[in-house]
Amino acid sequence: MAKVIMTADDSASVRQMVTFTLKQGGYEVVEAVDGKDALQKLSTTRVDMLITDLNMPNLDGIGLIKGARALPSCKFIPIVMLTTESQDTRKQEGKAAGATGWIVKPFKPEQLMAVVKKVLG
Amino acid sequence: MIDQHRQAFKEEAYELLAELETSLLELEERPDDVDLIGRVFRAMHTIKGSGSMFGFDDIASFTHEVETVFDMVRNGKLQVTKRLVNLTLAARDQIKAMLDQADEGGGGALQGSAEIIEGLRELAGFCASAATPVQKPAEKAAHRDKVTYRIRFVPSRDIFASGSNPLALLNELRELGACSVVAQTSEFPSLEEINPEACYVYWDVILTTDQGENAIRDVFIFVEDDCELKIETVAEHSGFDEPQDYKKLGEILLERGDITPQEMAEVLAQQRRFGELAISSGILHEGKIQSALIEQKHVKEIRQEKQNVEAASSIRVPAERLDLLVNLVGEMVTVQARLSQTANQRADAELLAIAEEVERLTAELRDSALNIRMLPIGSTFSKFKRLVRDLSSELGKQIEMTTEGEETELDKTVIERLNDPLVHLIRNSIDHGIELPDARLAAGKPSHGTVHLAAVHSGDSVLITIEDDGAGLDKEAIRAKALEKGIIVASAELSEKELFSLIFAPGFSTAKKVSSVSGRGVGMDVVKRAIEALRGSIDISSVRGQGTRITVRIPLTLAIIESLLVKIGDDSFMLPLSLVDECVELTREDVARSHGRNLARVREHLVPYIPLRERFSIKGKCPDIEQIVITQVNGVRVGFVVDHVIGEHQTVIKSLGRAYKDVEGVSGATILGDGSVALILDIPQLVQAVEAEQP
Repeated sequence: MAKVIMTADDSASVRQMVTFTLKQGGYEVVEAVDGKDALQKLSTTRVDMLITDLNMPNLDGIGLIKGARALPSCKFIPIVMLTTESQDTRKQEGKAAGATGWIVKPFKPEQLMAVVKKVLG
Repeated sequence: MIDQHRQAFKEEAYELLAELETSLLELEERPDDVDLIGRVFRAMHTIKGSGSMFGFDDIASFTHEVETVFDMVRNGKLQVTKRLVNLTLAARDQIKAMLDQADEGGGGALQGSAEIIEGLRELAGFCASAATPVQKPAEKAAHRDKVTYRIRFVPSRDIFASGSNPLALLNELRELGACSVVAQTSEFPSLEEINPEACYVYWDVILTTDQGENAIRDVFIFVEDDCELKIETVAEHSGFDEPQDYKKLGEILLERGDITPQEMAEVLAQQRRFGELAISSGILHEGKIQSALIEQKHVKEIRQEKQNVEAASSIRVPAERLDLLVNLVGEMVTVQARLSQTANQRADAELLAIAEEVERLTAELRDSALNIRMLPIGSTFSKFKRLVRDLSSELGKQIEMTTEGEETELDKTVIERLNDPLVHLIRNSIDHGIELPDARLAAGKPSHGTVHLAAVHSGDSVLITIEDDGAGLDKEAIRAKALEKGIIVASAELSEKELFSLIFAPGFSTAKKVSSVSGRGVGMDVVKRAIEALRGSIDISSVRGQGTRITVRIPLTLAIIESLLVKIGDDSFMLPLSLVDECVELTREDVARSHGRNLARVREHLVPYIPLRERFSIKGKCPDIEQIVITQVNGVRVGFVVDHVIGEHQTVIKSLGRAYKDVEGVSGATILGDGSVALILDIPQLVQAVEAEQP
């Protein structure tokens, strides 16, 4: 059965690109437009991995990671955050909140796939 | 596909810009609204992040400046002022213009970008050139030697809480190279104290890889902050003479800091197997010993493997053994030919199948046996470099030798026998070809000359060219000399090629004075004979004042050749296929028409022929239609009249022995499929002999 990955990003173009890349890699994808939307979907759908942006309206990435880790089904799943290099402090915050790893924007589809393969094993 | 993403980004960016405009206008009224500031920042951030992902780099770098300022606003370091809003609105319009422009494919920063950035930076209060893109260190793709690392990976207890899977990391390590992993379980608490969500295990890994330490660190990039990671180099597998033995168990444990020197001394004092002792004395946990033992084994294995590879890469064998092998293969080819012939005559399907199989195997065996004797010609070339250097300084000339195709392989015997002719040719180039520095400068050439030596494969032969940029051959001097020596008559009209080939005539030398290097006039004819003895050919081309090029064509191997099998009466003969151009018929009428002049008309050209039946005094009556095998020797076409042409044949050359050493026109013999002997004709020699008999 294909693994399910959620992408949470307020940018439609990034979501589109992530979804396209992951689907090509044989994964199923669930999209969420912000942290709040993502948390809600996480409580009803089972996902194997979460890729989230850090800056999002309603609930930002850090909040989403904390919320997700509190859910029993998401306690041990890999969570990867999308950051820009200017946000080193945010990266640390994300790590502290329970993120597994990060991808620095801008990234290429191959880089995304490499990270997904790395954390999903 | 990427276009589709770009389009999506543009639509999104236009939306964001519209939202940005509203937010900015609201912000002007309520400058302290944190929510609004957040919205502006996010809009900028998204445009920047997504923009750079879809190739809008100019937009991304411009937006980065605005984002930086708003990051400060968001963190309370900067107040929202009218000027800031004005500038940001201007920036927003600028981004929109850049997006519009991207449609027409025109890139580049628009007018005004610099001013806006300047203004924003002024506001933010830092000097120009604040944003320097982070340069990623260039990855070196250089080849690295294999190195064995000792890695101790102790994840933090709560590693699972961050969603990391240590096993995935270990699998990633395995992809880097030969890897031995030992899980250390000494930290496990008793059952009632176990927290099932904690990680108590740690790992000792011995990894041999050529990827370097950074590749290993990259594997642990996400966890390096919450794990204890120790990477040490234990062995580098670059040297040639690596010891077979590796460190002793105690040394490894000492290096790792698992045991103190004092403890080791205590254990050693008891004189038992170190591992058992250390465990039983309670200094060390069993897992640590095991890990050290695995390291020992791993490194030994890697070294063993390497030595095996090195040992297998080459073997020295006496040349006679190879000669014997090639001879045996030759016999085998002969026997196989007989087998094939017999199988064909019997029309036995089973026997035919076996014969075909044997034929295929024999061909393979022959090729690989001959291959074993092949050597690169490079070693010979490097000897010539020295020769050129010594000779040129002796003659007061400045000459540089360049080589090409050193890796070209030739039969060992051929290389050895080529040495003397090549030395002679190079001496000639240096002595007669290249002028003295003054003369060269006067001719408008650089003062130092060049001799270029090149070897290249061409079909079943190798072409060796010796090219100099010297004076070239003097046609008039050659002609005068040839007249003087009586090689040609005054009325002879010679083509350029024929004229040049005169220098190979016996006793010919054009050098004005004899030097120690060359010019005794014994040279070129000897060279030519030596090359022909190798069944090769030699060719000269030259342009006066620009240089001379000598091309030597040598067959790849001496032992086996492709030849054309012909019959005269009951006797079989072989003509080397490399010299054969074509075969045509010769009828009685043709012979009658030529009035006994031995000339045949082939496509409006007259070709002289040699009737072999006559020449070899073979009795019997020739058939009504004979065959002419037309060969090409030194650019001249000569025909050989035979009774029948049988076809191509793989010929294993057998020497005729000393008794027949002086027989003219025959270079060897071979044994045919039916066991009979066929003589191999020495075509150049035959042509020469017939020419010499002509009045």
